[in-house]
Amino acid sequence: MKLTLKIWKQQDAHSKGKFVTYSLDSISPNCSFLEMLDILNEQLIRKNEEPVAFDHDCREGICGTCSLYINGRPHGPDDAITTCQLHMRKFKDGDTIIIEPWRAKPFPVVKDLIVDRAAFDKIIQEGGYISVNTGGAAEANQILVSKVNAELSMDAAACIGCGACVAACKNASAMLFVSAKVSHFALLPQGKIEAKDRVKKMVAMMDQLGFGNCTNTYACEAECPKLISRSNIARMNREFICAKVS
Amino acid sequence: MNSSFLHFSSITKKVWMALLGLFLMVFLVVHLGINLCLLRDDGGRWFRDAAHFMGTNYIIKVFEVILFGGFILHVLIGIILQIKNWFSRPVRYKISNKTTTPFLSKYMIYTGAIVLTFLIIHLFNFYFIKYGWVTSPVSPLEGGEPDFAAVARSLFGQPVYSAIYIVLIICLGFHLYHAFQSGFQTLGLDHKTYTPYITGFGIFYSIVIPLGFIIIPIYFLI
Repeated sequence: MKLTLKIWKQQDAHSKGKFVTYSLDSISPNCSFLEMLDILNEQLIRKNEEPVAFDHDCREGICGTCSLYINGRPHGPDDAITTCQLHMRKFKDGDTIIIEPWRAKPFPVVKDLIVDRAAFDKIIQEGGYISVNTGGAAEANQILVSKVNAELSMDAAACIGCGACVAACKNASAMLFVSAKVSHFALLPQGKIEAKDRVKKMVAMMDQLGFGNCTNTYACEAECPKLISRSNIARMNREFICAKVS
Repeated sequence: MNSSFLHFSSITKKVWMALLGLFLMVFLVVHLGINLCLLRDDGGRWFRDAAHFMGTNYIIKVFEVILFGGFILHVLIGIILQIKNWFSRPVRYKISNKTTTPFLSKYMIYTGAIVLTFLIIHLFNFYFIKYGWVTSPVSPLEGGEPDFAAVARSLFGQPVYSAIYIVLIICLGFHLYHAFQSGFQTLGLDHKTYTPYITGFGIFYSIVIPLGFIIIPIYFLI
């Protein structure tokens, strides 16, 4: 495959960025998107040019590190996958691919396509945990959990914090991410003890960091690689209202 | 109630936005009910009686204050939320978002602005006449009360006014289309069985109510 890449290049958060055009030849359709960028970088290094900086780690859709906005979609032109799971067969020979970093005020650009997603860590630190004494594992049936709630909680826990929800949302809202974290705990008896404080603190931090407000367009749900449901947002709203009025 | 309820977080603002929006939707049903009285062939008697009742009943007068306050708050909170949203992405994408989302959900602030413009025009045409701030284009009734039936007949008799009215009402329908289901989602009222019915009712409401309003100018034009 022959490709033209237009990639956002930016030295750091304070520098002005610009798009740089690269041409690539002989790319296999079986290549993953990140492997295609690896090939580009190898060629750039050989030419003594600066390679493109991009985030990646596990390369199997688990860690949520890869974060590219490809041709107008977070994680590119496929559903329910991360960028590392995207393959070049999703593109056509001769295509022009425009790659941008996540754009949101709380996600400043570190370099080129890498953004700082520490904002998510700050939200997690506000309540994405339960306070229990460590020790030996308790007997499994000591605290009973309904099958339905266990499944819903596991679905919410599937969130890998990649930030595609923020990147896709027209308002750069983090409601899907925060609601997944809130739901994950709120659905389980162990999480109910701190539920009120958790939702209030996490929402307050989300607001403080400068994420936008949810207008229920559900772009977050459409682009989530882990198919986190919008019903988590409704659950968080419910949890928040109950926490505030009780 | 915890005093921190007064601290306006993003969700608190949205909850107020949703509650006020749903209240305004109830008002629209009442308003449509009165407007449909114009279709009765009685020289506007029913419509005038309804307008008189709405203008003089003390309970309605209290609701009028709540209604105006609610509308102003709905608009103000909407503007505050939108400004924050614009600031949340200071650097825009070069390629506009290609994610598939409900089309009208992305333009609520714009359809809302059109509805606000429509309301201002509507107030000048009807409501302000009641207080004498705007001169009535038709003669008042005996006793000096404005003849709103005649005002409506005179305005809807003008094709240009009726066309603008119909376009603005369609924009109201676009606003309502997303608003109903969105309001329930914001209030946390999501249920795997009932949410499809709520969404369906929202679509039904956003078609039937504007259609009801649109029928009236068409009736006077033909």
